[in-house]
Amino acid sequence: MSSNLTESTLTLPDAIPKRVKRVGRPRWAIIGEQALELLIRISGISAIVFVLAIFFFVFKEALPVLYSHNFSIKEFLFSTQWYPTSVSNVRYGTFALLVGSVTVTLLSMAIAVPFGLGAAIYISEFCGPRQKETLKIIIELLAAIPSVVWGFIGLTVISKLITTITGTAVGVNLLNGSIILALMSVPIIVSIGEDALKAVPDSFREAGMAMGTTRWQLILRVLLPAAKNGLLAAVLLGVGRAVGETMAVLMATGHSVKIPHGVFDSVRTLTANIAAELGEAAAGSPHYRVLFLTGILLFVITFIVNLTADFVIRGIKRK
Amino acid sequence: MDTNVTTDSLEYGVLTKDLNLWYGKFQALKSVSMSVKKGQITSLIGPSGCGKTTLLRCFNRINERFSYVRTAGEIVILGKNIYDSDVSLIELRKNVGMVFQRPNPLPISVYENVVFGLKVHTPRKQLKKSVLDETVEKSLNEVGLWDDLKDRLKTKATSLQLEQQQKLCIARLLPLKPDIILMDEPCSALDVEGTHAIEELMFTLRNKYTIIIVTHNMSQARRASDECVFMLLGELIEHSRTEELFINPKNPKTAEYIEGRYG
Repeated sequence: MSSNLTESTLTLPDAIPKRVKRVGRPRWAIIGEQALELLIRISGISAIVFVLAIFFFVFKEALPVLYSHNFSIKEFLFSTQWYPTSVSNVRYGTFALLVGSVTVTLLSMAIAVPFGLGAAIYISEFCGPRQKETLKIIIELLAAIPSVVWGFIGLTVISKLITTITGTAVGVNLLNGSIILALMSVPIIVSIGEDALKAVPDSFREAGMAMGTTRWQLILRVLLPAAKNGLLAAVLLGVGRAVGETMAVLMATGHSVKIPHGVFDSVRTLTANIAAELGEAAAGSPHYRVLFLTGILLFVITFIVNLTADFVIRGIKRK
Repeated sequence: MDTNVTTDSLEYGVLTKDLNLWYGKFQALKSVSMSVKKGQITSLIGPSGCGKTTLLRCFNRINERFSYVRTAGEIVILGKNIYDSDVSLIELRKNVGMVFQRPNPLPISVYENVVFGLKVHTPRKQLKKSVLDETVEKSLNEVGLWDDLKDRLKTKATSLQLEQQQKLCIARLLPLKPDIILMDEPCSALDVEGTHAIEELMFTLRNKYTIIIVTHNMSQARRASDECVFMLLGELIEHSRTEELFINPKNPKTAEYIEGRYG
C-alpha cells in the first residue's frame, strides 16, 4: 500500500502537463458565452415581438371598419343577420356564428371530457406497463392526424352514420362537428390528464388504500381531488383546441348561418366563417375588415377562457 | 388446529406462521413466526433492509399493490388467516389501520380527513351530519388535536404542521374502531417534541388498540414499547419483553445490535 503511494506521487508530475495558473478566462470563452446569452435572450424576446406584431396587424386591418357608416358594433355582436355580400342591405351580425362556436365547443366537450378523463384514469391507474405504453403511443398517433383528414371523416363516414342511424336529412351538422372536435381534443385531455394523475404522490394512494377504499373510491375520493388542478387544465386545453379548430368544423358542421335548435341543425362557427370567406373578400373592403374583427372576437374569447382557467387554478392553489 | 387458532387469537392481536416474502427473486422475509399480544405496543427493530417495514406492510396486505411481491405462510388476525381467499381486503384494512413514515393526510379538509374512513365504509344514507360532527370531535379529542383545530376544521390538512398532520393520520383511523394500528416509523419526519407527543399518544391508545411500530430509533423502542422484536436480514432473531431484550439479550446478534456495533 505504502509503496504504491510513493510510486504514484513520483509519477504525478509527468502525468499532469505543466500549465500556467491563472484566475481569468481566455477571451474567446467570454465572447462565446456572451454570444450564446444574447442568442437565448433574442429567442425569448422574439415570442413577445411576434405576438405584438400579430396584434398590431390584426387590429390595423380591423379597426377602420368601426368608423364606417354602415357598421354598428351592436349589430356585429347581437344580430344573427350575416349578409356581408348583399348589394342593397349589407348586414354583419355574428351572433349566430358565436352561438355556433359555443354550442359546438360545449357539445364536443360533453363528449370528450368523460372519454378523455376516463381514458386518463384507465391508463394511469388500471393498466399494466406494457398496455400503458401501447395505449399512449396510439393516443399520440390520434393527435397526429391532420385536421383536414378529420374533416374528411366527418364529411363522409360520420355524416353517413348520422343519416342512417337517426334518419335525419343532413349529416353535416352540430352533432357531426362536435363528434369530430371531441375526437380531436381527446388526445390532449388524455395526455395532460394522465400527467396530472401521475403527479399525485403515491403516499396519497397508500393512505387511501390503507383506509380500506375500493379502487373506485380511491379514484373518486383521493385521486380526483388531488389531481383536480391538472385535470382542469387538461379540460381547458381541450376547450382551447375546440374553440380554435377551423378546417374540420368547416367541413363537418354544414356551414349554415343560423342559431341551432337541436343537435341535427347545421351551424357555422366563427373560425370556419373566416376561413371560408377571407379569400373571397376584397382586401381593404368592409367585409374583409369585419372578418378581421371576427378574429379579434375569437381572440377575446380564448383570452377569457385562458384567464378564467388561470384564476380558477390559482384560486384552488391558494386554498 | 382450528381451535388452537381461536384460543390464540383471543390473546394475540397478530400471529404469523412461517411467513416468507419475495420481492421478485429477492427473499425479504424468511420464515417469520411471531405472536403479537393484544393491547400492547410491540416494536420492530433492526438495521435498514432487515425486513421490518416489509413485515409491517404484510399485516394489512398493502405490500400486494406491487405485482412482483409474492408471499407464503400465514398471518392470523381476528382468528382468521388473512391470506385466505375469502378475506376482504376492505374489511381487513378497516380493522388494521396504518400510519406512515411521512404524514400523509389527504389534500382535503381536516374534517373530511377524519370522516374519510366512515364515508368510505358506510352507505351514504346512514351518514348523518350530527354523527359525523360527533365523530370528528371525539377522534380529534382522542389524539389531542381538538383544541388546536376546532376552529380550523375546514383548512386543508396538508397545510398543518407535520406533528399535527401525523396526529391527524392517527385520528382518521379511530372512527373505524380498528383492532390493530400499524405504525411505520411514525416519528422519523418529526422533531423531538413531535416525537414525544406521538409517543405520549401511543401510551394513551395502548390497551384499546394493539399497536405495532417499526422504528429505527432504539431509544424510542426502549421508551415506548412493551415488547420488542429484533430482525436481521429477513429473519426474526429475538422477541421478548422490551426491558429484557435491552438488558439481557439472549442472542449475541441482538446484543451486538443494541450495543451499536452495526445498524
